[in-house]
This record gives sequence, C-alpha cells and structure tokens, in this order.
Amino acid sequence: MSWFVRTFGSTLGRKLLMALTGIFLILFLVVHLAGNLQLLIPDGGKSFNIYAETMGNNTFIQIVSKVNFALILLHIIVAIILTRYNSKARPVSYENFNGNANSTWSSRNMGVLGSVIFIFIAIHLSNFWWVFKYGEVPTTTLENGTAVKNYYAVVNEGFSQLWIVGIYVLSMVFLAFHLAHGFQSAFQTLGLNHKKYTPAIKAVGKWFAILVPIGFAIIPIYMYFNNIS
Amino acid sequence: MNLTLKVWRQKNQNDKGKMETYQVSDISPDMSFLEMMDVLNEQLIKEDIEPVHFDHDCREGICGMCSMHINGRPHGPQQAVTTCQLHMRSFKDGDTITIEPWRAGAFPVVKDLVVDRTSFDRIIQAGGYVSVNTGGVPDANEIPIPKSVADEAFNSATCIGCGACVAACKNASAMLFTSAKIAQLAMLPQGKTEAKTRAEKMVAQMDAEGFGACTNTGACSAECPKEISLENIARMNREYFSAKAKSENTDM
Repeated sequence: MSWFVRTFGSTLGRKLLMALTGIFLILFLVVHLAGNLQLLIPDGGKSFNIYAETMGNNTFIQIVSKVNFALILLHIIVAIILTRYNSKARPVSYENFNGNANSTWSSRNMGVLGSVIFIFIAIHLSNFWWVFKYGEVPTTTLENGTAVKNYYAVVNEGFSQLWIVGIYVLSMVFLAFHLAHGFQSAFQTLGLNHKKYTPAIKAVGKWFAILVPIGFAIIPIYMYFNNIS
Repeated sequence: MNLTLKVWRQKNQNDKGKMETYQVSDISPDMSFLEMMDVLNEQLIKEDIEPVHFDHDCREGICGMCSMHINGRPHGPQQAVTTCQLHMRSFKDGDTITIEPWRAGAFPVVKDLVVDRTSFDRIIQAGGYVSVNTGGVPDANEIPIPKSVADEAFNSATCIGCGACVAACKNASAMLFTSAKIAQLAMLPQGKTEAKTRAEKMVAQMDAEGFGACTNTGACSAECPKEISLENIARMNREYFSAKAKSENTDM
C-alpha cells in the first residue's frame, strides 16, 4: 500500500474525504436551489425550461453533474466505512448512555439523517432526473419559435400530488439537521478552528441549515397551492 | 442519603460480566463519590462479597486514574470534575445510580470498573516526546516563548489522560487525548524537531489501537475534566495533513 492510500485509509484521512465531499455537496445545494427557485417565477415555466435546457446541453455542467454523482457516492461509501469502523471501536455498549448531556442529537445521528437523505435522493432522481433524461416529456414552444422540452410541466405534475409534496418537505427537515452539524463539522475536520472565524462559520452554518432547506421546501408547497387555486 | 447502586461486576477480562444492584444507606452528602464507593466496599467485605474494584490514586483530580461512567456520563453529572471530585450532594436521597467502566475496545475491562488504558501510553510512546540535547542545562529564558503560546500549550498539557473523552464519544475515539498531546508539543519551539512526523506516528498508533474516528459531536470536550478544547483536534488535523504532505516517511 502506498503512503497516499494509507493516508486516506486512516481515520483522519477518511474524515478529510467526508469534509471535502460534504463541502462540495453544500456548494451544489446552493447552485441547485438558485436554479430551482426559477420554478416560482409566474411565467408558465418559461425561465425554468430555458434554464434546464441550457444546463442539459452544457458540457461543463454535464461533467460537473457526473462529478457530483461520484462525490455523493464517495460521501456515502466513506460514511458506511467509518460507521462500521466506529461501531467496532465499542464492542460492549453502555447500559446507560446520556448523549444528550454533552452533544446534539443531530451530531450523533448523521448516519441516520444521511440514510434518509439518500432515500430522498433516489426518490427525487426517479421523479424528475430520470423522467427528464429517459422519460416522455411534452414539448413547448418558446417565443422565438424553438421547441423545448417542458420540464416545468413534469415538475408541476409531480408537485400537484400531496404525498410527493409531503415527502419533499419532510426530507428537507432531515437535510436541515444533517447540515446543522455537517456544515461546521467539515471546517473543524479541515483544521479550521479559530477564535475569529469559527463563530462566523457556526453562524453561517446554522443559517444555511435553516434557509436552504426552507428554500427547497417552498417550491413544492408553492406549486401545490398554485395548482389548487 | 440512601441510594441504590447498579454496578458493573466482571471477574476478569474473559468474564462476560453483568450489572449488580446494591443498597447503601447513611451516605453523607459531603462524601466524594469514591468515599461512597469505599462505604459500599466495606459493606461488601462484611457481607463476605468481593469488593468492587475501581481505579483511583490522588483523589484530588490530577492523576487521571478514576474512571467511572456514572449515570450515562464519564465522571458523572458535574462539568469539569473527575469522579473523585464529584460529591454526593450532586445526587438526591433515593436515587438509583448506574456505575459502569469506560467502554471501548481499546480499553479492555481488567476487573469490575478497572480498564486497561495502556493504549494511551503506546500513543505517547509513538511520538509524544521531544528530543533534548545532552550536556549542560540550558539557561532559563534562553528560548523566547510568548506568554499566549505558553498558556495555550499549557491548556493542552493539562490533559490528565483519564480517557473520559473516549468514554463519552459515541465512536470511542481518542482524538481529543491524542490531539492534546500533539498540540502541547507542536506549539512550543522544543517540539519542532519531531513536528513533521509526530502527528503521523501518533495518529497511526491511535488507529492501530482500534479507537474510533471523530464525528465532531463535541462530547469529549464537554465531558473532559480538564476542559480540553476541540481546537486541539483541529490543530492535530492540520499537523497530520501537513505532516503527510511534507514528511519523507513513505511507509506510514
């Protein structure tokens, strides 16, 4: 085994992989939210369709999207390896273990939160990404006469069903708790713990964990009620 | 005070062990937790039952020997104290108190509440030392160290190696201990000679002992009797990654 492989096989190396992939996924959330908020523009989905079409035809974006899938997978695989490793470190458990006295629930249950988010990602991809790529998508004509796939219609159709909206909103609660710990934890793992910057990182992390999931949750809720009225 | 104690009893390393329930009465609130254990043991000896074995030494919070997991927390319910500094006034008459040994694969139970913490010694042996020139004693103040750096290094050095961090961590991770030992030397000029390799050697030993990884829950620091901060773990990570990038050690 080379020193390089051994470094990333150590406890600290694996944590570094979790932190780096986590930070990439945090950045992805920002871009994903910014793009998807266009679903709220009341123009019958024109902006969103143009955006989705552009993203789908852009080579750079397509490469980044493949990298994103790979990093989600890496985040999951390393998490599973670490969880198994960590559970072996305490072969006999306590009769009485009061974790709430010294740590937050979310920090102790990142694996549970992450597993729920993984299930959500699978549902989310099958709802939209799969349909966009391989399913039947109706076309719509833009003002300049070009025909594009009407992605907006697929999303609108999905979010007209209450149970789908419910799953999405609930999943965002899990995402919020995952981010609440993960955001600041990533910087700690990278070695960034400083009297000046750590309070700022924690504050940004807290607001990020609140605002980003809310931003995502607003979309299905808005579209559901928009469909009813 | 009258108390019900649920205590972990285990004959030896190979015994499976189980919780036993004992009653103690007329406990003074001014007793330390260990004095209460002494009362229990006197009672057990009179009843011809083997007394409960537990680690203790200085009984003034500085040696790091006492190691009881009390009511689900290392060193019990108080902040920043060891078990010997915990007093019975922290409990109420009629309470049931569970007392368990530290639980970690790297801390095997020797007997009852006594665990083998030599894995910590081996982490220190791997790199927790400084090279010293032989010869005459150097002049005091020959090496200038700013007060703030000395204070910070001293804060890390206050770690007594009791293992409460491992006991509190959901992963039984020894990151807080190892990082404090790395940090106290990394901050001072005397520790610079081994700086490149210290972190990688000590972390490799920590992993070899079977301690878990860090989830940054902060439980270790919250339960630490010496309040060692999480900044140490961040510093260890910096030291480790820079050692990995710069050291010429290809077989670690």
